Amino acid sequence: MVLSLVIMFMDHRQHHLETIRSGLSILIYPLQYVVNIPSRVTQWADTSISTHNTLVDENRALKAKLFEQETRLLKFASLESENQRLRELLQSASRGWERVQIAELLSVDLDPFRRQMILNKGSNDGLFEGQPLLDAHGVMGQVIRVTPFNSTAMLITDPSHAIPVQVNRNGLRAIALGTGAANELDIPHIPNNADIVVGDLLISSGMGQRFPPDYPVAEIVSIERDPREPFAKITARPTARLEQAREVLLVWPQQRAEAAPQAATAPQAATTPQAAAATLPAAALKPVAPQPVAAPKPAAAPQPAAAPHPVTRGVNP
Amino acid sequence: MTPVKHNAGWVIAVSFVVALMLTLMPLPEWARIIRPQWVTMVLIYWCMALPGRIGVGWGWGMGLLLDVVNGSVLGQHALSLTLIAYVVTMLYQRLRLFPQSQQAILVALFIFMQLLISLWIKGATDAAPHRWSYWLTAISTALLWPWIFMLLRDLRRRFQVT
Repeated sequence: MVLSLVIMFMDHRQHHLETIRSGLSILIYPLQYVVNIPSRVTQWADTSISTHNTLVDENRALKAKLFEQETRLLKFASLESENQRLRELLQSASRGWERVQIAELLSVDLDPFRRQMILNKGSNDGLFEGQPLLDAHGVMGQVIRVTPFNSTAMLITDPSHAIPVQVNRNGLRAIALGTGAANELDIPHIPNNADIVVGDLLISSGMGQRFPPDYPVAEIVSIERDPREPFAKITARPTARLEQAREVLLVWPQQRAEAAPQAATAPQAATTPQAAAATLPAAALKPVAPQPVAAPKPAAAPQPAAAPHPVTRGVNP
Repeated sequence: MTPVKHNAGWVIAVSFVVALMLTLMPLPEWARIIRPQWVTMVLIYWCMALPGRIGVGWGWGMGLLLDVVNGSVLGQHALSLTLIAYVVTMLYQRLRLFPQSQQAILVALFIFMQLLISLWIKGATDAAPHRWSYWLTAISTALLWPWIFMLLRDLRRRFQVT
């Protein structure tokens, strides 16, 4: 008993026991793998048994979508270079490409009152603690624990998670707290008279230096203004499909990606986006990384710095 | 005192591994809340059946594994399972004589104790869940107890685990 109390104290306060934990989780890994098999089998069966027609339909839909996205990317390239030039004029730090990689979720359940999940990539793939996690619709969460083969991620809805955000319409800054409920965030400490309305998009502000800025996080779903209370009671719904995702996008912030030796060539190449895109596979150099996906920012395409009304909501289909 | 000869220890190990896997098994959202405490149930059974063999040490070890599996603070489940193993090895003679309904009630009490300890630890380390559904696992575990008890007893007799 005393031993477990000591262990708890050490784990919580000093993080001395990460080696023990990762050792034990290697022991657990086969279990997780086995438990994950049924869902992988159903997935495989789903793709291999589906009929020719459905595949053709899906293919057609995907092609249409790809065409649409590529057309949008045409504009993205010029906007990106324009943004870069303006930033050079202003002599502010550039926001270049970020290295991304796709990880799969293991279908394994953790504590039902937390919002955490297991990813199939670990420190062997270059993951690190605090790494942001996205899906195609917005910010999902961050990595909180890394072992060589897999890692644990905390979703933004976890009761002990908080993410700095700002209202996309007017730049009002706030913090979005997780509640533990599946699709709900709490926005505390917003005064009753603040300019915020239902339907506002919250984007990550990058203030905490942990999440990259300008990614959509949540949408305001309800505001209760009670004159007796100093703050309004605001709830938001995450834009990311937190409960349905099977794959997530891991993002390496620029400093991290450049900290690696070969990436030294990246900064000067980054002035022209095409060149940057060309050097991206070289820049994304962790040896194990199978396919460094040159995915663009999923929704909020960066606007030129001086755009009066950034309408990111229209960009997100 | 002559040393007791142990045999068929793999049955115990396999039962714990299966319990851990059931703990990890993905379930739909409504069922996650009432997921029974498989590992605790198996631990209670073996402590009751073989108190000389399975006891506080196993409780601690399985609790530690459960902590890693659950991603909770290392030692949280270790503490509660150690306590449960201790109480059960103290009371095993009485527990064996109880009818199964009464055993189930006691199991619910044990799980309640475990949840209470977990709640305290979660409250002290990070956010504690503040919903009544948190306690539902005590009931679901108690409802499943008779079946698990019979299953494990048959296994123990079949393989003559001592």
